Amino acid sequence: MTSASDVKPNLMHKAQFIEGHDLPIPTLSILNADGSIQAGAEAPEMDHETAIKLYRNMVYIRVLDERMISAQRQGRLSFYLTCAGEEAAVTGSAAAFSMNDMIMGQYREQAAIRWRGFTTEQFMNQLLSNEDDLGKGRQMPVHYGSNELNFMTISSPLGTQIPQAAGYAYAQKLQGNQACTLCYFGEGAASEGDFHAGLNMAAVLNCPVVFVCRNNGYAISTPAEEQFKGDGIAPRGVGYGIKTIRVDGNDILAVYTASIEARRIALENNEPVLVETMSYRLGAHSTSDDPSGYRSKDEEDKWREKDPIERMQNWLQAKGWWNGEEEKAILEGYRKEVLDALKRVEKKPMPSIDELITDVYDTPPAHLQKQYAELKEHIAKYPENYPVAGGAKHG
Amino acid sequence: MAKMNLLQAINNALDTAMAADDSMICLGEDVGKFGGVFRATSHLQEKYGKARCFNTPLTEQGIAGFAIGMAAQGSTAVAEIQFADYIFPAFDQIVNEAAKFRYRSGNEFNVGSLVFRTPYGGGIAGGLYHSQSPEAYFCHTPGLKVLMPSNPYQAKGLLLSAIRDPNPVLFFEPKRLYRASEGDVPEEDYEIPIGKAEVVRNGSDITLLGWGAQMTEMHKAADKAAEEGISCEVIDLRSLLPWDVETVANSVSKTGRLVIAHEATHTGGFGGEIAATIQQECFLSLESPIARVAGLDTPFPLAHEKEYLPDYLKVYEALVASLNY
Ligand SMILES: Cc1ncc(C[n+]2csc(CCOP(=O)(O)OP(=O)(O)O)c2C)c(N)n1
Ligand SMILES: [Mg+2]
Repeated sequence: MTSASDVKPNLMHKAQFIEGHDLPIPTLSILNADGSIQAGAEAPEMDHETAIKLYRNMVYIRVLDERMISAQRQGRLSFYLTCAGEEAAVTGSAAAFSMNDMIMGQYREQAAIRWRGFTTEQFMNQLLSNEDDLGKGRQMPVHYGSNELNFMTISSPLGTQIPQAAGYAYAQKLQGNQACTLCYFGEGAASEGDFHAGLNMAAVLNCPVVFVCRNNGYAISTPAEEQFKGDGIAPRGVGYGIKTIRVDGNDILAVYTASIEARRIALENNEPVLVETMSYRLGAHSTSDDPSGYRSKDEEDKWREKDPIERMQNWLQAKGWWNGEEEKAILEGYRKEVLDALKRVEKKPMPSIDELITDVYDTPPAHLQKQYAELKEHIAKYPENYPVAGGAKHG
Repeated sequence: MAKMNLLQAINNALDTAMAADDSMICLGEDVGKFGGVFRATSHLQEKYGKARCFNTPLTEQGIAGFAIGMAAQGSTAVAEIQFADYIFPAFDQIVNEAAKFRYRSGNEFNVGSLVFRTPYGGGIAGGLYHSQSPEAYFCHTPGLKVLMPSNPYQAKGLLLSAIRDPNPVLFFEPKRLYRASEGDVPEEDYEIPIGKAEVVRNGSDITLLGWGAQMTEMHKAADKAAEEGISCEVIDLRSLLPWDVETVANSVSKTGRLVIAHEATHTGGFGGEIAATIQQECFLSLESPIARVAGLDTPFPLAHEKEYLPDYLKVYEALVASLNY
C-alpha cells in the first residue's frame, strides 16, 4: 500500500491533493462537566476504591503544586513547575499501567510518579536537593526518578525520551517481560526530531510502547497555532502507521478508558499506540515564567471552568461515592502532610561533597580523583568561602 | 552613551542591526511576542513585524537548518538557541552544514550571514542542563567563528560584528551576567573586531586569561593578588575562534607566567589549546608551567555548584602557585 514496489498501487488519474485537515480525528469524551455521562458513552469499569484512589491522586498533586509554588515564592525552593489542569491526563493514563511497565516522562508528570507511590518526603528530598534525594541533588527541582517505581529519571532536553522509550519497549519485548513502556511528552516537544525518529522506529520495530502526548496548548509562550499547522499531534501517529486516539484530557474516564485499551493493544499486538490528551496548562510554564505577557486571563478562566478535578468530583458525588466532608478532610490532610514534610526536610543536609565525582562513570577514574583531591585541599584552605562543603555552617 | 545591562545591550545590537539591514531575521523558541525567555528579543516583533522576528516550532535542528537556508539565500539570519545546553540537536546542522557550506561548494555558496546566539554558563542554580559551557566543541570546528562577550559594551559591539562578519558565528552569552553586568554602551552603531583580545588590566608579574562570565572572577583574583603586591595582567579573550595569539603571547613574553580559566570542564577545554600554543610561542620566556583552572571533569552539578565552579579563589591559588614555582 505504501511501498513503491506494491503490486496493487492505489492509482488516480487526475492530480488531486489531500488537504492537511482531511483526516478527521474525533475526541473521546465520556464525562460531562456536571459529572453526568455523555449520551451514548459508557463509563469504564472502575470500582469504588480505584475511583477514589484516582481522585485522591489528582487532589494530592493539586495541593502539592499549590504549596510548592508558594514555597518557591518564599525562597524555600529554587524552582517549581505545576501539573495544574493536566492532573486527569496524567493520573488517568498512569493508572492504566502496571507497576512493571516503565514510565518515561517529560517533567510535568508528577501525578504519574505519585500514582506509583512516590512519598511526600521523596518529593521534598528531590525538590530541596538534599542527601536523601535519589538523584543525589544533581538536577533541578521536579526532575524525579525512581528505579524501584519503574519511573525513569527526568531529563531536561526535550524529546530525548521518545526514541529511548521505543528502545526500552523493544528490549522488554525481547526479554519477554510482559511489560510495556509509557512515554509522556508535550505537544511542543513533539516538534523535536527525536519525536519523529522515535515514533517511526517504534512502529517499524513493533515496540510495545504507549506514547501519551499532553497537548496543553502551550510550549512556554508559544501557542499550539505557532507550533504546528496540522490538526494537533494525533494525525502524525496515523502517518507513522501507529494506532492513535485523541481524548479529552480533562475527562479522567475518557483518559483511563483509552489508556487501558492502549496498553492492551501495545502488549497483545506488540505495537506502539499514540494517545493525545487535549487539555490546558492552567499555570505558568514554571516559576520562571509569567504568562500575562502572552495569553489572556479570559482564556485561562475558560479553561478553569473545565477543571478536571471538579469534573471527577461531580461524577463521584453523583454516584454517592464522595461528599463535602471527605473533600475537606483530604484537602486539610494533604496540606498538612506537605507542609510538615517540607519543614522536616528543610533540616536535612545537602548531599556529601564526595558525590561531586561519583556516578560520572561506574567508578571515578584517576584524573577525576586527582581533581577532587585538589578541590578538597582548596576548600580546606578557605572553609569560610565554601560554607557547606567546608563545614563552617549548615547550608 | 547609555547605561545598559548585558541583556539590553544585546537587544540594542539586534535592534540596530535589524534597522540597518532589511533582510535580517531573528528566530527561535519563544523569541516572538514574548521576546525570548530572557527577553533578549523584546519588542523586536512589535517593531519589525512577525515575518522578521518569530517563534519557531520547538526544534533546534530545525531552527539551525532553517537559519542556514535563509543565510544561503543571502538574508541575514540570527537564530537563538534557548540555552546552550540545548544546542546539541542542532550540532549536525552547525558543525557539518554551516561550518562547511563554503568549503564544500568551492565558494559557490556560503552561509556567512548567519549567527547563533545562545546563553551559556553556570551560577544560576540551573544544574546539568541550564549551565553548560560547550564552546570547545565548536572551537574544534573549522569554518565557524566563536565569540564570548563579558560585558555590555563588548556584547553590543561583538554581536554587530558577528552579524556582519561574512562567516557563520556562534555567539555565547554569559547568562549569569545578563542583568548583573551593567555599563556604558554607545547608542550608535559600532563594531569590535573579531579575533582581537582585550588587555583589560596591565601588569607585570603574571598574565590571567579568561572570557565571558569568568572575567568577573579574573578581576577579583587580580584584586586579591594586588593586595599582596602581585601585579596581574588581565586579558579578556572575547574571540575564541579565531583567537588573538599575538596579544596573549606578547603579554606572556613580558610576565613569563600564564593562568587560563574557564567554566567548561578541564579535559578537552579550550584552555588546553591556548596552553599548547603559548608554550610554543613563549617557551623561552616561561618561568613556570601554564596553569589551567576549569570546571571538574563531571557533568555540571546543582548541589555544590559553588565548589564546582572555577571561582576567583581558585584562580588566585593558581597564580600564587605559578609565582612560587
Ligand atoms: C531540547 C530542548 N530545547 C528547549 C528546551 C527549553 N524548554 C523547556 S520546556 C519547553 C517547552 C515545552 O513545551 P511542551 O513540550 O508543550 O511541554 P509543556 O511545558 O507544555 O508541558 C522548552 C522550550 C528544552 N528543555 N530542551
Ligand atoms: Mg505544551
